[in-house]
Amino acid sequence: MNIPIRRFDTLILGAGGGGLRAALQLAKADAHVAVVSKVFPTRSHTVAAQGGVNAALANVTPDNWHWHMYDTVKGGDYLGDQDAIEYMCRAAAHLVYELEHAGVPFSRLDSGRIYQRPFGGQSRDFGGAQATRTCAAADRTGHAILHTLYQQNIRARTNFFDEYFAVDFIHDDEGTVLGALTMDIATGELLVIEAKTILIATGGCGQLYRTTTNAHINTGDGMAMALRAGIPLQDMEFFQFHPTGVAGKGMLITEGARGEGGYLVNKDGERFMERYAPNVKDLASRDVVSRAISIEVREGRGCGPDGDHVMLKLNHLGSDIVAKRLPGIRDTCKTFMHLDPVDTPIPVFPTAHYAMGGIPTDRFGRVVRPSGNSPEEEIPGLYAAGECACVSVHGANRLGGNSLLDILVFGRAAANDILGFLKKNRYHRPPNQEYIDKAYERFARWEKTGDGESVQSVRADLKTAMEDHCGVFRTEKIMQEGVEAIKAIRARIPDVRLQDQSKVFNTARVEALELENLADIAMATMRSAEARQESRGAHSRIDYPDRDDAHWMKHSLYSLEDDTLDYKPVRTKPMSVETFPPKKRVY
Amino acid sequence: MRFKIHRYNPDVDKKPYMQDFVLEHVKPGMMLREALIELKNQDETLTFRHSCGEGVCGSDGMNINGLNGLACITPVETLTEPVEIRPFPGVPIIRDLVVDMSGFYKQYHSVKPFLIRYDPEPEVENLQSPEDRDKLDGLYECILCGCCSTACPSFWWNPDKFPGPAALLQSWRFLADSRDQAMDERLDKLDGPYKLFRCHTIMNCAYVCPKGLNPTKAIGHIKALMLKHSV
Repeated sequence: MNIPIRRFDTLILGAGGGGLRAALQLAKADAHVAVVSKVFPTRSHTVAAQGGVNAALANVTPDNWHWHMYDTVKGGDYLGDQDAIEYMCRAAAHLVYELEHAGVPFSRLDSGRIYQRPFGGQSRDFGGAQATRTCAAADRTGHAILHTLYQQNIRARTNFFDEYFAVDFIHDDEGTVLGALTMDIATGELLVIEAKTILIATGGCGQLYRTTTNAHINTGDGMAMALRAGIPLQDMEFFQFHPTGVAGKGMLITEGARGEGGYLVNKDGERFMERYAPNVKDLASRDVVSRAISIEVREGRGCGPDGDHVMLKLNHLGSDIVAKRLPGIRDTCKTFMHLDPVDTPIPVFPTAHYAMGGIPTDRFGRVVRPSGNSPEEEIPGLYAAGECACVSVHGANRLGGNSLLDILVFGRAAANDILGFLKKNRYHRPPNQEYIDKAYERFARWEKTGDGESVQSVRADLKTAMEDHCGVFRTEKIMQEGVEAIKAIRARIPDVRLQDQSKVFNTARVEALELENLADIAMATMRSAEARQESRGAHSRIDYPDRDDAHWMKHSLYSLEDDTLDYKPVRTKPMSVETFPPKKRVY
Repeated sequence: MRFKIHRYNPDVDKKPYMQDFVLEHVKPGMMLREALIELKNQDETLTFRHSCGEGVCGSDGMNINGLNGLACITPVETLTEPVEIRPFPGVPIIRDLVVDMSGFYKQYHSVKPFLIRYDPEPEVENLQSPEDRDKLDGLYECILCGCCSTACPSFWWNPDKFPGPAALLQSWRFLADSRDQAMDERLDKLDGPYKLFRCHTIMNCAYVCPKGLNPTKAIGHIKALMLKHSV
């Protein structure tokens, strides 16, 4: 197989906020960068983020990064690495100002400063009164940020490979990643991109679940590529269910709706969050609110003929606030439910939303894995940032508004470290043909013709299995069945055949490659969840209802090769401040 | 429900044709994107772009019963049968409903769609009054789906020279931004017979925009500004 080769200093996989923030940093420093994305950059899922980005600007209420750090550590149920959290929270204000300078149309306060709204899990003075920390462009903050970053990359003349799908990494026997095999979706032609450094910024894997806020493209491609290259995935059992997805459909209704004063009610009209989080009520952490909704429904207090959801009330806010601050979700409600939240409550239910876990990295964005005597040895030249990575700043549960911050902070951090790496490592390490052939095998497998199951039927079963066995509440039995179910589904994939063998814009082939990715990640998620015998953050077990710091304050690491789990300690020591020791988590 | 869908795969087809599809079960509230996914389950060679499913990513623009729109926010119950689905008009077709958008993106790039400032940056944000910020509403929300430009006769006629409504909307988005400092160069670039003034206020753009934006109005603002600027 003779595949054309192109060479760059840096290959970035993914053109969401993380990839584009890194690309901008690199392009400005005159590094030669290729950004590969399976969709045109502004179609990346960052575009769907609504509520905002957290930074202690103190434009509305007193605030500082240290309080933000405390909230993030607590929100993550003490599984987050405190050095990385300190780094992120300290960098936040500067990065938001930079975005504003780059053109993001943030909403404004009367003072002319950036508008900020309260979000869940935010406090002043280490657990005191509600903070107001989330910087917003109405309820379209992700759109505003992604478009601005793309625009600045046009200005910086970044090389884009739009609608190219990354098939697999090209790596040597030691696991050093030398490039990637990619496919031009429009023509089906293959291209090898060699690079001295590679940044994985491929986003999340919400397509693991049947009902999800995530786009069709969120299939965890980079995570699965890493798994297959022998890199473990970290903390995959922690999957966030957003409390307010549109019931039965999954569209996201931003936490900003509650930040602006909305609240949840059950069928009796009771504001039930007062029972679960007496202090902050509807602005508790997402895991807490999602569990509360699930309990209300399970105990027969759900709304609707089937009692299968609760209501989000905004109709007391008045049309001005809804029109000004929440125009996007108002459109969504009108389009998909024919209701106007100005006068009618919105039916909502917890919906798969965000992977806290991912490719293990340090706070410089460097991919790390256990090796010999260190639990965290870097893989030279390989980086990851954003939802596909696990730094870990979100621990066991991410705070709303911290995901946009994560992509900005660690996109930039990775780019800065890459610049240092490029100075020291001036030459490519060309892969030999054998390594390229290995990546090609994965592509060629789908050229087998004949009768077989369809990609779609396997993908649908996978999503249902994950929803049934790895949801908001978990038990040993349900998860053991889940492991078997996922194993059985994976065993069907070799017999799947593509009926569409065309080279031209073959989306069926893309979906087949995505299915393999999802199946590998499902295994990582199910296995990690089954093993963790405690409740922490988003991982909530009926049979182990308490957090168990003595045995489980550690990160999971799942390896695909031998289907095994390993663990490493949480980095509890921050960069410069005192450790926040684990406490009982009350909101 | 009956559909007639444009099919063309240059690998196997000599010329494009319309293929009949039937969807047996139309769920209440079903959007066209979901219907197309069901039809693709019947025949996986049916090819179209789609992603977020909620009208935010801008991937699934197509021509639906003669009007450009986004499949994911078009309820099938509003459509007359047989529903005729074609790719965007006036742009090269790659396959089935997938068109080559590179010309559209090139025109978007041509208007310098980014904030330009010459002053040194402050340590904090640039200030902007809520009133000045309000001027960006109806402009920044564009999702680059291409519905407007591929419905514009002036763009069909001169896709290589006329920026088209989407690009001009973004041009005004930056001209209208109190923080931008590049008015002169932006206006200079839009002068000439094939640029701003190739818009003949046909208003197809505003009619089809799935986000309810109005490029014609934005173009009118640029024309007024240019006039004021040149006297």
